[in-house]
Amino acid sequence: MMKKTRGSGLGGFAASVLPSLIAIIVGLLFGFIILLISNPAQAVQGLKVILLGGFNDGLFGVGQTLYYATPLILTGLSVGFAFKTGLFNIGASGQLITGAFAAIWTAVNCDWLPGPLHWIVPILAAILVGGLWGAVPGLFKSLLGVNEVIACIMMNYIGMYGVNYLIKISNIYDKLKNQTVSVPSSAALPNGGLEHLFYKMRGNFVRFSSINIGFYIAVIAAVVIYVLLTKTTFGYELKACGYNRDASRFAGINEKRSVLMSMVIAGMLSGAAGAVMYLAKSDGLHIDVIEVLATQGFNGIPVALLGLSNPIGIVFSGIFIAHLNQGGYYLQKLNYMPEIIDIIIGAIIYFAAFSLIVRNVIAALARRREAKAVQGKGNER
Amino acid sequence: MDYVIEMLHIVKDFPGIRANDDITLQLRRGEIHALLGENGAGKSTLMSILFGLYQPDGGSIRKDGKEVRINDPNDANALGIGMVHQHFKLVHNFTVLENIILGAETVKNGRLIMGEARKKVMALSEKYHLKVDPDAKIEDITVGMQQRVEILKMLYRDNEILIFDEPTAVLTPQEIDELMKIMKGLTAEGKSILFITHKLNEIKAVADRCSVLRKGRYIGTVDVADTTKEEMSEMMVGRKVNFAVDKAPAQPGEVAFSVKDLTMRGPHGKNVVNDVSFDVRRGEIVCIAGIDGNGQSELVYALTGLMKQDRGTIMMKGHDISHATIRARNDHGLGHIPEDRHRYGLVLDYSLAENMVLKSYHKPGFQKHGFRNFTRMNEVTDQLIERFDIRSGQGGRTVARSMSGGNQQKAIVAREIFTDPDVLIAVQPTRGLDVGAIEYIHKQLVDARDAGKAVLLVSLELDEVMNLSDRILVMFEGEIVADVRPGDVTVQELGLYMAGSKRGKA
Repeated sequence: MMKKTRGSGLGGFAASVLPSLIAIIVGLLFGFIILLISNPAQAVQGLKVILLGGFNDGLFGVGQTLYYATPLILTGLSVGFAFKTGLFNIGASGQLITGAFAAIWTAVNCDWLPGPLHWIVPILAAILVGGLWGAVPGLFKSLLGVNEVIACIMMNYIGMYGVNYLIKISNIYDKLKNQTVSVPSSAALPNGGLEHLFYKMRGNFVRFSSINIGFYIAVIAAVVIYVLLTKTTFGYELKACGYNRDASRFAGINEKRSVLMSMVIAGMLSGAAGAVMYLAKSDGLHIDVIEVLATQGFNGIPVALLGLSNPIGIVFSGIFIAHLNQGGYYLQKLNYMPEIIDIIIGAIIYFAAFSLIVRNVIAALARRREAKAVQGKGNER
Repeated sequence: MDYVIEMLHIVKDFPGIRANDDITLQLRRGEIHALLGENGAGKSTLMSILFGLYQPDGGSIRKDGKEVRINDPNDANALGIGMVHQHFKLVHNFTVLENIILGAETVKNGRLIMGEARKKVMALSEKYHLKVDPDAKIEDITVGMQQRVEILKMLYRDNEILIFDEPTAVLTPQEIDELMKIMKGLTAEGKSILFITHKLNEIKAVADRCSVLRKGRYIGTVDVADTTKEEMSEMMVGRKVNFAVDKAPAQPGEVAFSVKDLTMRGPHGKNVVNDVSFDVRRGEIVCIAGIDGNGQSELVYALTGLMKQDRGTIMMKGHDISHATIRARNDHGLGHIPEDRHRYGLVLDYSLAENMVLKSYHKPGFQKHGFRNFTRMNEVTDQLIERFDIRSGQGGRTVARSMSGGNQQKAIVAREIFTDPDVLIAVQPTRGLDVGAIEYIHKQLVDARDAGKAVLLVSLELDEVMNLSDRILVMFEGEIVADVRPGDVTVQELGLYMAGSKRGKA
């Protein structure tokens, strides 16, 4: 009985994508009901706008979708990677904002850096600081057994207040606007040729999309994480620790180091998300000195859930959520309140969380069938 | 004949498999009736039907000669059928009394009346010699006592047909004797017992009649007194089973594993392992016998590196590994079949193949520059599946969680033997397995011995100790109280050592 022991084939792929698709369809139906309630006359048109997303504005809109998807993919990877290794990284928000601060500070203060280094070094600084921010809960968990969720939430607040404080005492503070100053244009991420694909014409005037090489960075990060998790011994150890720490220890894996490394890598991904957000354009986003946690960090959670924590799946789910956001943006043309759009997106994300439950139900059914099959085999003895 | 319950020609189909095929089981009033069969023979399905959890697809159930329908466990309870599950269903932070009345409380004006219940429980406890303290919390009492609480639960509900689902799997030998006495006492008072097991000794000791199932079919019912163990096991497995382990006399070589003055302090300041010293030579199986909880687990944890010892040295093949990491010990040639296969033995959410390389994934051949070699992993897995007859739905791709307990255990044994250790520590390697699998694993251990490995076996089963070992060390309260050869000692003597009432030279 020499059976092939390869990875799951196409059937397994369909089975793993199915629950996410179900969640999306149910979420969209729910959104449609809300559209019907708030403005029945334009509900069908509204649903079409949501589904079209960025396509409402041609390739320019698609470029915007990918631009907004970039930080979502990175924070999604951060959360999803931690999920795969048995940890819940709810600290992406703190890792993102401290990373963003590091990026802006480096970009403003190291303007002597030549050429591309002026944006590469700030990104590396963000990755480093984000990784450190992830390392703290990792250390607490591995050495003292403190639940990473609690430590991560604390680090979110420390990160937010710490960054607010550091902005105010450093030279990157714009007192008038109560936010960070704009980064030098040489530190903004280049478009990397993408502007020639994603633009629109306004008469004779070309308008380029905001998409930049940050999107490349996110996709490369996804591929690297995918390879790390599925092809390397390091990923094998991390996942083993996530599933069963005792058995990992039994097998000789240094499980304390594995937990720490998982959180560091997750933090690095969120730090990178902070960098690509705030370095996108010199006059783009600025960190506002307000007492609110960076929501982009939390948006990584539904992205990871919808992508079933699979790195490649997360690229698609990040793009999908950005797509809906774009659709919501254009929905305003139909006189829908912006809040309605948030509710609809919230509903889809909410149902995405159910996709995990749906998957578990499907898996349980499959297991039961499998167990029966094994029993059947045992009985042929 | 006075049958209290009859299950006639029961058929139960599951998708793709007939779990029960024309099974007939007739329970006489006041008898202990054993239900014998290998894992997956259909015992659990049959009992679930009797307990109302499944509906049969064919056949009928009669109570006192009248046909009945059992739609759910409440119907079963109303008919006086009670069950002690293998895994107890008790609320851990409730007292014994609270657990017993749970679901059958006496209530007056919304207030719980405990007085009468207490009286009834005390009377029952007295009558059947169950010796439980009604005010003790479940989490504070021993497993054996928890089981007696489960029995009391059935008695409190006036059940007269009592099903025991593998009740001895979790008990020490003394507790097993105690349970046997209780079971006999129950039948003397007119209760009828269905006793599910695959341990032939226990059937011989306590049962009146025995029905045997194999592969979902009914093989027959025999009078236990007129049937030998060998005959019963042949009915169960379908072929002759060799009980006496087939092995040549040991030819011990050099000392491969040596423990000196090993001491471990327990949580309450007492030494759970106290000054333990012993050697294991190549080519011999040394068995550590003892009642569960006398320091065997802690000793093994220290030897394998899962816990730190407080004092003492461990030498392996001439090297001091007392403070070595687990990885260093493994790579130095230490194999370990752990006591708890779900906690330590397997990553249940990994596939079988990934579990097979759990201890060797980092070795050359299985990885190159940190990238794993899946081809090699699959080759090795396929070999081991074939060699060790590991049954799984989809070969190496099967998720370990979905495999049966016996096949999970076979997988662990296969992995540990595959890594070719010089010293193999096997802790209760056959717990919960059926005779066929036990026979197989015993043979593997003997083969390892004959290949010049040093084997350290920790077992709670006296039969296994007597049959398999070349030397027996008895542990009592953290100390080694006897170092004997199986030929020089009787089971009774061994029992005395284990109970601490006899001490030899250690």
